[in-house]
Amino acid sequence: MLESLKKEGVDIIFGLPGGAVLPIYDVLYDFEGIRHILVRQEAAAGHAAEGYSRTTGRVGVCLVTSGPAATNLVTALQDALMDSIPLVAFTGQVPTHLIGNDAFQEADNVGITRSATKHNFLVKDGDDLAGTIKEAFFLARSGRPGPVHVDLPKDILVKEWDFSYPDTVHLRSYNPTYDGHPGQIKKAARSLIRAKRPVLYVGGGAISADASPELLELAELAQIPLTQTLMGLGAFPMAHPLSLDMLGMHGTYYANMAVHHSDVLMSVGARFDDRVTGRVDAFAPNAEIIHVDIDPSSISKNIPVAIPIVGDCKRVLAKLLEAVREELKSYPAGVMKETRRQWAAQIAEWRRDQPLRYEWSDDVIKPQFVIEELSKLTDGEAFVVTGVGQHQMWAAQYYRFKHPRMWCTSGGLGTMGYGLPTAMGVQAAHPGKQVINIDGDGSFQMNSQELATCHEERLPVKTIIINNGGHGMVRQWQRIFYKERFSAIDLGPSPDFVKLAEAYGCTGIRATKPSEVMPALEKMIATPGPVLVDVWVDKHECVFPMVPAGGANTDMIVAPPSREVRDRAAKSQTGF
Amino acid sequence: MSGDDQRKHTIAVLVENKFGVLSRVAGLFSARGYNIESLSVGETLDPTVSRMTLVVRGDAFVIEQVIKQLHKLIDVIKVTDLSEEDHVEREMLLLKVNAEPGARAEILRIGDIFRAKVVDVTPTTYTLEATGEEGKIEAMIELLRPFGIQEVVRTGKVAIARSPKNRVRKVEEKLGKRPGPPRPQSQDPKVVGFAD
Repeated sequence: MLESLKKEGVDIIFGLPGGAVLPIYDVLYDFEGIRHILVRQEAAAGHAAEGYSRTTGRVGVCLVTSGPAATNLVTALQDALMDSIPLVAFTGQVPTHLIGNDAFQEADNVGITRSATKHNFLVKDGDDLAGTIKEAFFLARSGRPGPVHVDLPKDILVKEWDFSYPDTVHLRSYNPTYDGHPGQIKKAARSLIRAKRPVLYVGGGAISADASPELLELAELAQIPLTQTLMGLGAFPMAHPLSLDMLGMHGTYYANMAVHHSDVLMSVGARFDDRVTGRVDAFAPNAEIIHVDIDPSSISKNIPVAIPIVGDCKRVLAKLLEAVREELKSYPAGVMKETRRQWAAQIAEWRRDQPLRYEWSDDVIKPQFVIEELSKLTDGEAFVVTGVGQHQMWAAQYYRFKHPRMWCTSGGLGTMGYGLPTAMGVQAAHPGKQVINIDGDGSFQMNSQELATCHEERLPVKTIIINNGGHGMVRQWQRIFYKERFSAIDLGPSPDFVKLAEAYGCTGIRATKPSEVMPALEKMIATPGPVLVDVWVDKHECVFPMVPAGGANTDMIVAPPSREVRDRAAKSQTGF
Repeated sequence: MSGDDQRKHTIAVLVENKFGVLSRVAGLFSARGYNIESLSVGETLDPTVSRMTLVVRGDAFVIEQVIKQLHKLIDVIKVTDLSEEDHVEREMLLLKVNAEPGARAEILRIGDIFRAKVVDVTPTTYTLEATGEEGKIEAMIELLRPFGIQEVVRTGKVAIARSPKNRVRKVEEKLGKRPGPPRPQSQDPKVVGFAD
């Protein structure tokens, strides 16, 4: 089995041993060419593999035992499924003759992971093992990428089988479309050129397909402003004049306004998620929508699409560039220049009216300030990972992303506790590079045990805890929509994160005043090994702009709401 | 996003004949909140391929998603919406009905009208077997209900496209001929109480 993995180019496995996978661990003992990283909880193995995969473009691999280990892993699998991250996850299983017997540490692994994976396998015959592994890797990385789970009963691991690893794989029932339809591409090119108010809306698929260069070329060639989803951040440099930054629930005012008023909206590798569209009938109401996606089932799922193009983003964009160049030859340059100038002027006005902003305080640290300082200090060149919550949104808003595959966040599933284990995976894949985990105090505590892994496996991850003493995002919703009836959100001052870090053999630093932020961050970067910076921030700070759930993107709240907005929210049927 | 134009669709799905496939298909429906009205599965001529016939209710939007999501399953080879073309649908019924001396002849007569077979007889019951379209099966049940039905077993629907005529139509389209008058939905008489 390990030989098979080596043939697939696997160099790191994240895992945790147990009874059913002991035969594999016995071989791992003196196996060369694959590093095993021992995590402290199985979900962390899955998240670490996600981090490895997202930042390298390769398939992430994790290995855990049967029963409780497999069920622990499920969260990470679902997370990878929602964000289209290619993983191959191996779990142990009781010997085939005991399956269904309620044996020790038995669970119906494939039954449980069926809906949390792109596909899964139970290997019942050792002769099928190599072929199944080949198929698993093929499925994980091809088409719309995703997690594939392989369940391995102990007896098939113990017996000796003839090893022959297949070179190719053919599945008659699985043929993803990679090349977009030429006619559709031509139509899209014509629409984009003739549009008065075009916008590109780019998601994680553009990163999976490594389509950033084509994207940049297209945006510049046709002068189209571009907005990115949470998963798409990094696909386009934020400092670029055409960048509108992030759109959606916590997107910028100018991105949401531009999308809303667009007449042609082209989505590249994004899936019109509810956090992006808000109320679907009010999303880009006047736009002709072009949708490039490798997964046909994403198209017209939430929003009716005028020009669907099923294919790999990179290949489609390359063809689209040709078509746009062709189209430009016969289109008067002056007309386009003029319409683009007007559109840019309108966007500049929105940007001037409502930039991203927060109120400064001399006494208490504003969380946005921490991210801004970090962005300056690292010059956008660090790998950034987050947990889930307010800190995640501030990181997405205020970190100035430059490159693709340097940002990992749990977008679809919103898995709290994702930060630290994922950062470990990124660090393992990129030794010597700067990896920063921006986390929340609530989110961090869901996987804080992995500080031990960081220490033992020498993974110098730097963690910044945006500590507001509670579940900030929940508090924000209770504040705005539930009449400040704060329920079950206080986490109190415990634990002392500095001491916690030290207990695990890591370095702990604390910042409580704005003036301490930069020195703390500088010290964090300068200190070797894993470091945790506990930043005490303003607990009342909210993430703005904000589109209330179920609201239209034009219902954006750009600043702390007035009493009037609060009352309206309380009366609203959707509860926003 | 459900419109008012809810329609029944009969969808034929060719799948790999592997364990767990049925559960993948069933799981897809339950996970996405689609309703299966009936489902039947059987081997095809190729023993590595099974054919499922699904009956699903939904508007065009839901059906499009159902078909796309089915396609997305790795073990699914081919999906056809038979409702889009001319096809034949059948289901089978086994029905055990009270048959007191005074009613026995009448029950057999009703059975005859529907071309049902008697597959089991006791002094007090008949068990009948019938096949046909849903409407016919339901009509027969309704007619037998007054006698006291003890048990009803229905298979899911199976369906097959009327392919030769389809080919004629496609050839006509290719030749640029105007399509003839629309064919009736089904060539079977649907009148309640009559046999096919």
